[in-house]
Amino acid sequence: MNKIIGILEQREGKLKKVSFEVLSLVSQLASELNLESEALTIGNEILNIDEISKYGISNVTHYKNENLQLYSSSAYTEIITNHVNETNAGYLIFPNTALGKDLAPRISVRLNAGCIIDCIKVDTSTGDIKAVRPVFAGKALIEVKLKSDIKILTIRPNVFKLVISDKTTKLNITVKNILSPNLKTRTVEVKKSDEKLDVAEADIIVSGGRGLKGPENFYLIENLAEALGGAVGASRAVVDAGWRPHSDQVGQTGKTVSPSLYVACGISGAIQHLAGMSSSKYIVAINKDKDAPIFSIADYGIAGDIFEILPALTKEVLKFKT
Amino acid sequence: MNIAICVSHVPDTATKVKIGPDGKSIDHAGVTFIINPYDEFAVEEALKTKDKFGGEVTVISIGGPVIKETIMKALAMGADKGILLKDESVKDSFGIAKTLAEELKSKNYDIIFFGKQSVDYDDAITGQLTAELLGYNCISVVVDLKIENNKIIAEREIEGGREVVETELPAVITAQKGLNEPRYASLKGIMSAKKKIIEEKPALQTENLSDIIRMDKPPGKQPGRILGTDSSTVIELVKLLHEEVKII
Repeated sequence: MNKIIGILEQREGKLKKVSFEVLSLVSQLASELNLESEALTIGNEILNIDEISKYGISNVTHYKNENLQLYSSSAYTEIITNHVNETNAGYLIFPNTALGKDLAPRISVRLNAGCIIDCIKVDTSTGDIKAVRPVFAGKALIEVKLKSDIKILTIRPNVFKLVISDKTTKLNITVKNILSPNLKTRTVEVKKSDEKLDVAEADIIVSGGRGLKGPENFYLIENLAEALGGAVGASRAVVDAGWRPHSDQVGQTGKTVSPSLYVACGISGAIQHLAGMSSSKYIVAINKDKDAPIFSIADYGIAGDIFEILPALTKEVLKFKT
Repeated sequence: MNIAICVSHVPDTATKVKIGPDGKSIDHAGVTFIINPYDEFAVEEALKTKDKFGGEVTVISIGGPVIKETIMKALAMGADKGILLKDESVKDSFGIAKTLAEELKSKNYDIIFFGKQSVDYDDAITGQLTAELLGYNCISVVVDLKIENNKIIAEREIEGGREVVETELPAVITAQKGLNEPRYASLKGIMSAKKKIIEEKPALQTENLSDIIRMDKPPGKQPGRILGTDSSTVIELVKLLHEEVKII
């Protein structure tokens, strides 16, 4: 049980940023708890697999098959369960993504391992792992420990820092070809949305609310998001009104996010919305009503007309960047 | 088709959370409870599935007598009967899934619907855990569902798009907002729900795999400052985004 494994997610053959956040945490926990560390990834070609060594991990197992490029819950569950049984690992760290959240609980049943979802802080001061995670969409935090022999955590993207190791590590990749994966449940196609960045993973989010008056004005939000290099978010009110897809919704019945910068435009700040974004590192609010609840949690506010402020701000950001 | 829905009873999303005297859970005083919002999509999809294929829809939940309100809500929407697994203990998602699986395993359900997560503890894993315990196929966070013969084609939400996933019945589906528009319970539905049967039985005793050590309020954010009211303020804001936020 003296092994910790980071499960790395790839999309289109590239390990995602959150996979490197997983590796950074695995390295840290391995040194704090005196464990052997290892990485595991499943897919066909993994183009940036060499980057793993930057995070102080040398042993990687790559389970390979062309049908595993896309996610298959049945195949991924079997492969990881068998791997853990063979290597006798005691700790598994997953990204808390659509894939990680789907996969971690299945493996936890197979291994009778407790599972802490959506961790934002991990502590080893007692010699074992305790983790903090938000509940009630962030209105409260709980500290949790696990009683099982094998322990599984999923970590929220953008919360754990990327830590580049100062020693150079030689990467030792073991490729294991899977001849006939169990494809009982399999992805046959991925439909990409038009938006480049998803709010759940973005480091900068520009969100719009009812103050925009109509879907035709959301280009103001899109322009600022593009200038800042961020994703577009939305309040529940505008999603329910059909102005934006549900995948953009931030808040209690949408996504709970913790980006470095959250810009709330024309959003008054209902308790369900505040719960979903108040853990952002910096919050900027732009709203006509200076008494709107959003200003109570904003670092910087502009109590003005978004139709005037947003174009000016976009222009200023672009000017600053050039 | 033999259809089940597992529902959960949660504090209204407008609730202001106060930590209870045990320091590990919320104070229930003055809190209004509702059916978990994602479970309404599960109920609607179960009813649509019954409309198409015929069969029976059973609603299942775990907890004390108050949970019957939430089961009644699903019955009023059109589900046929309810099962309450009586339990006053605190269960983690694993304990809940084991209890549900114990009830579900002997009934040969073709399809079992869950909300994709409960908006209280936000674990979002109970459906997947239950499926795995039952040995059922499972697709989580579903926004589009088609069933033809034994085959399921579903779309599930992922970062930046959707995965189109194929599997076969029997299966567990966890419902995401966008899957459908849940119907309102009609007056007739509410009246007829009163005549429907809610079977009560003791829940399986389970052991949790996790322990909550404590619950805290998140560190409060201090309100910052209002920089101004007109577009000239953007110059100062951009300067702050560069110097303080260090984002540009």
